[in-house]
Amino acid sequence: MPEARSFVVDDTEKGVFLLDREALVSEEVLRDEVRNVFAKCWIYVGHGSELKKNGDFQTRRVAGRPIIFVRDQTGQVRCHFNTCRHRGAIVCNDRSGNVRRFNCVYHGWIYGNDGTLQRVPGDEAYTPAFDQKSLGLKGPAKFEEYRDFWFMTLNPDAPALKDYLGKATDYIDLIIDQSPSGKMEVLPGTQEYDVSANWKLMVENSVDDYHLPSTHSTWLNFMANSGVKVEPPKAKDQVLPTRGWAIELGNGHFTTDNVNFRGRPVAKWIPLYGPEAEGEIAEIRAELVARLGEERATRVADTNRNLVIFPNLVINDGSSVTIRTFYPEGPAKMHVTAWALGPVEETENARARRLDAFLTFYGPGGFATPDDVEALEMVQQGLANWQDDRWSEMSRGMGREGEQLNSDEHHLRIFWRKWNAMMTGAAK
Amino acid sequence: MTIQTKTFPVTRAQVEDFLFHEADLLDNWKLNEWQELLTEDACYYIPPNDELESSHRNTLFIIADDRERIRQRVIRVLDPNCHAEHPRSRLSRIVGNVRIVEQNGDILTVWANFVCHRYRRNERVGEYVGHYRFLLKLDGDSFKIKERRVFLKSHELGTLGSVSFIL
Repeated sequence: MPEARSFVVDDTEKGVFLLDREALVSEEVLRDEVRNVFAKCWIYVGHGSELKKNGDFQTRRVAGRPIIFVRDQTGQVRCHFNTCRHRGAIVCNDRSGNVRRFNCVYHGWIYGNDGTLQRVPGDEAYTPAFDQKSLGLKGPAKFEEYRDFWFMTLNPDAPALKDYLGKATDYIDLIIDQSPSGKMEVLPGTQEYDVSANWKLMVENSVDDYHLPSTHSTWLNFMANSGVKVEPPKAKDQVLPTRGWAIELGNGHFTTDNVNFRGRPVAKWIPLYGPEAEGEIAEIRAELVARLGEERATRVADTNRNLVIFPNLVINDGSSVTIRTFYPEGPAKMHVTAWALGPVEETENARARRLDAFLTFYGPGGFATPDDVEALEMVQQGLANWQDDRWSEMSRGMGREGEQLNSDEHHLRIFWRKWNAMMTGAAK
Repeated sequence: MTIQTKTFPVTRAQVEDFLFHEADLLDNWKLNEWQELLTEDACYYIPPNDELESSHRNTLFIIADDRERIRQRVIRVLDPNCHAEHPRSRLSRIVGNVRIVEQNGDILTVWANFVCHRYRRNERVGEYVGHYRFLLKLDGDSFKIKERRVFLKSHELGTLGSVSFIL
């Protein structure tokens, strides 16, 4: 039997890691990853706060599947396939809203918001074999939440969500610790942007701190103009003004974990927020210290982190908190959706500051994201030479012992090793 | 139907001339000249298309710039290291259906429709279609822009990609 193909050269002895660029351009690879990655993993669906009242729903595509994310009349959060059991039409064409029932416009089949099939016009035309009870809307194999973050999987053999998330839950907890009541909410307003690049490049980009000085010099310039002095790094192995690490969390998840230099709505003031914000940020910080103790409060307030939940969820707890997910529309195209997350009890001014800080960096009109998008699209354009220039060089930091740095490629290799194992059948 | 006409101290043609001039400056990247059209408290907003009539103070916008942020945005997009606009987008916008709808002291509310085509290297054409809502401050025989709010009409914003130019 021929040796199973690998998309990576992973030579820890020599300290060399190479990625086969076919992974970023091939239709065949995309077909395989829909089956071997997206249909096997837990995929983020939405946040419970997006469904405040019974009957609230959001329709979206998750892992390429049209779904309805809904809170039923009993308050239970559910995930239905947005597909009529009769002939397959989507049963809800609104982006969001509040309903008790989903009516298929084609032949009038009506489903409760719990997914049960409630009415079939002309049901006398069916034989006794027609079992209305078994014809409720279908859904993913499993649908579970961790602290209001809801995920689905199409894989009936998937482990429980909490086990899948592993140590990533510590980092989700750290974000939620911003809220005195332990409750965060997705704020109104959705950002969407397509990127003409392979989706895995967004995974890399979301945690790659090596690129910041070159890709985002105009953002650093803006920060300097806004009174945030960004001093060049003192240590030779540092790319950013402060130290940061890359941390493996198991199951293909990982995070950066950086000492903050760029300000945080919770709770590190920078001149950009204006002098009037200084007092309130000091109060937010005092609340953190009183509730969590000095050490944990420092973790929450003075460090920032970009977290990747394998394969396609990113939570950036940086200039603000953003939930970002993306899905391929082809080997060279992805659709990105992003939301802002904040503590439910935030004051009006703190909320406005959080949103403003978000826009200094993130999103299609932000001062940094558009340049990330450009960089990824330039990669994709360059990859047209993949057959004659086959390997991406990803060995940065490979010889480093012990703690791994955010500006190396250790965490990117974690992603690629996991992805490669799932794609080549070597995953357990 | 009856067409209600209100009397304003300026004509629609004067407002149109001003908006066409603004469009020309934006299309041709004369952004420092464009800034001279702004009041010192000018704002520039693009709300998300799922929450068009909302406030940037409680909703995640695409762009919500105060005057200082506009200044910084112009510095950024004119910098050759603004990769998203290097080489610069070629822009062509058509502004039409201009209406003066309200006057409040020396502030006019003006509505207009726009179609903005954007061409970049190696990229499909970007087509931005929507509605402008301006607050214009009377300024001698011309105007200053106190607020420009851009409402994008598309249901799905994804295809528009980054909005790294001034829309």
